[in-house]
Amino acid sequence: MAEIKTIAKDAIVTETVKGVEALEADKYKYGFESDIEQEFAPKGLNEDIVRFISAKKDEPDWMLEWRLDAYARWLTMKEPTWAMVDYPEIDYQDSYYYAAPKSDKDGPKSLDEVDPDLLEVYAKLGIPLREQEVLAGVQGAPRVAVDAVFDSVSVVTTFKEELAKVGVIFCPLSEAVKNHPELVRKYLGTVVPPTDNFFATLNTAVFSEGSFVYIPPGVRCPMELSTYFRMNAQGTGQFERTLIIADKGSYVSYLEGCTAPMRDENQLHAAVVELIVLEDAEIKYSTVQNWWPGDAEGKGGVYNFVTKRADCRGKNSKVSWTQVETGSAITWKYPSCILRGDGSSGEFYSIAITNGFQQADTGTKMIHLGKNTRSRIISKGISAGKSNQTYRGLVSAHKKATGARNFTQCDSLLIGDQCGAHTVPYIESNTPSAQFEHEATTSKLSEEQLFYCRQRGLSEEDAVALLVNGFCRDVLQNLPMEFAVEAQKLVAISLEGSVG
Amino acid sequence: MLKINNLTATVNDGAQTILNGLSLHIPAGEVHAIMGPNGAGKSTLSYVLTGKDGYDVTDGSVEYLGQDLLAMQPEERATAGMFLSFQYPLEIPGVPTMTFLRTALNAQRKSRGDKPMSAPDFLKKAREIASDLKIKPDMLKRPLNVGFSGGEKKRMEIFQMMMLEPKMIIMDETDSGLDVDALRIVADGVNALRGPERAMLIITHYQRLLDYIVPDRVHVLADGKIVASGDADFAKKLEAEGYDAYAA
Repeated sequence: MAEIKTIAKDAIVTETVKGVEALEADKYKYGFESDIEQEFAPKGLNEDIVRFISAKKDEPDWMLEWRLDAYARWLTMKEPTWAMVDYPEIDYQDSYYYAAPKSDKDGPKSLDEVDPDLLEVYAKLGIPLREQEVLAGVQGAPRVAVDAVFDSVSVVTTFKEELAKVGVIFCPLSEAVKNHPELVRKYLGTVVPPTDNFFATLNTAVFSEGSFVYIPPGVRCPMELSTYFRMNAQGTGQFERTLIIADKGSYVSYLEGCTAPMRDENQLHAAVVELIVLEDAEIKYSTVQNWWPGDAEGKGGVYNFVTKRADCRGKNSKVSWTQVETGSAITWKYPSCILRGDGSSGEFYSIAITNGFQQADTGTKMIHLGKNTRSRIISKGISAGKSNQTYRGLVSAHKKATGARNFTQCDSLLIGDQCGAHTVPYIESNTPSAQFEHEATTSKLSEEQLFYCRQRGLSEEDAVALLVNGFCRDVLQNLPMEFAVEAQKLVAISLEGSVG
Repeated sequence: MLKINNLTATVNDGAQTILNGLSLHIPAGEVHAIMGPNGAGKSTLSYVLTGKDGYDVTDGSVEYLGQDLLAMQPEERATAGMFLSFQYPLEIPGVPTMTFLRTALNAQRKSRGDKPMSAPDFLKKAREIASDLKIKPDMLKRPLNVGFSGGEKKRMEIFQMMMLEPKMIIMDETDSGLDVDALRIVADGVNALRGPERAMLIITHYQRLLDYIVPDRVHVLADGKIVASGDADFAKKLEAEGYDAYAA
């Protein structure tokens, strides 16, 4: 058995190598722009734009009120400056807040009605939208239900019917607002309140799409759920909002993937993700973030300012965040866990790779409120080129959180001598019985190791890919198998040209 | 097979000359040993032949199987069958030994235009060789060389060598760190690879290894060049008399 596993892992390495080869010509293969007729809201941000978005989505009054409250609040807030990132001031009036493929206006009833150009875009991205194509795949290959979001609208959600049979709701958030208002009203904004922070509040005012997931009590979701976000329209911000509820004793594994075309300008992405986990339930949330990072001179790229938080409300509930961050010009992101239920646990596994002029300030917050809560943080940061990376993490224990335990491991790997890595841990304990451990290492990719690999026949780039994948192994092992392959490829591609 | 002519190499931007007009011919099928005092340039020779950065060749040439060896990248030399058993093998964290080796083997095969070795064939071969070298199967699943003892690392080098089946083998102080039993196991492995198509260059400070792997020729390297040569018995004489007579 173990040998079969080894072979499977080998296949991944082979894939990695192939991935690099395939992309020698153009480094960022998702950089294509799709020529699809778009419908835009007028440029700029004001109350009318908020009303326009709400009307486009045909929302009930309570939703519009919620947005307008958030907008009023946002006007009084200031952009945070504490992160170790540097960028010119953003002109929030110089962006579109809503863009949608035109042909999609009345909403496609089936895939046959979807604009063929759009289907081609997703085919290029390697995302299977036709269920029969998914089913026709390799025997035994896991099936994945996909919600595809193109700029501000959801294009298609697959496997909806099959999921409905077990009571799982998986649909665009705008659809959930209409069809399941009781669930949305009960949970939306309860983990990340509208007043939470500058970017989350902006999102609350103008969010246009996202995924909604509800897993009923005792149900183990029969397949992976996945949302692919694609920014296409020029000068457009993307503000999606995802809400996942795992009811008592349920389980779901969810993956989010993101790509964007190559553009000279900076595009703003401010998303909010809320996870609610009830008693004995578990959510595994994985992200493969590959937004356009900007070109070799640091021009263009996505500003990724994201608020992700999980609330472990029930006893013995569990959340696991796994992220592979290779894209974006700037990343500002701290997927967090509120460990409220007694015995609940939170995990954060992260690989962040920065190359070129990328900047990332990312980490997690583990807030221990309940008794005997546990958390684990494994962060692997790889900096190359002239990039800069900061791990920022908070671990705190409330005075009632007796027996809370945390283990944190932050490893940084530097490639070359013009990049930077920083670790900023915040630890607060208000109970003497909490046990917090923190380990951190910083190392450089060694010339000696590279030579050793090359002496065995690996090219320099394959050697870097192999060594970096080895460095990230603890985290890669936590990704669902099919996504691990994708992640390993990304690792290789992101570091292309980082040595020599 | 390997023709080294008047090889001169420096380090630190020419500030220090390590190899100073070294000439050596190793025909296919022969095993040559290089002995010599510390600092004579033995390890430098192995690094210059395999293409490590940090050494400048200022004079001379190396012809390997009719090709200009010094013009080739390290991985091209490896693909052309040149293998170095490192004096201090590197640790590769997070990469299981089998994964590392299979990646390397298939990279070489691909460069030569061969198909990758099938998984069952690879496993079968690995298991046989591991068993010959008395390497526990468990070790092959662990990240390469991480937490291995000095002797285990050396044994793993020989394991890789036998898996990759190189044509020109360079062994740098392979005997250091090995106890007598391990030395015998390693020597049996090396001897099994001896053949008319293969040549070996054994770099060693002590004669001990040469009791097990009997060389065709023995050379003394001092001050960056070959200063004396002889047959297998010459090694015993060197061991008894020391290198003082050859040192500058």
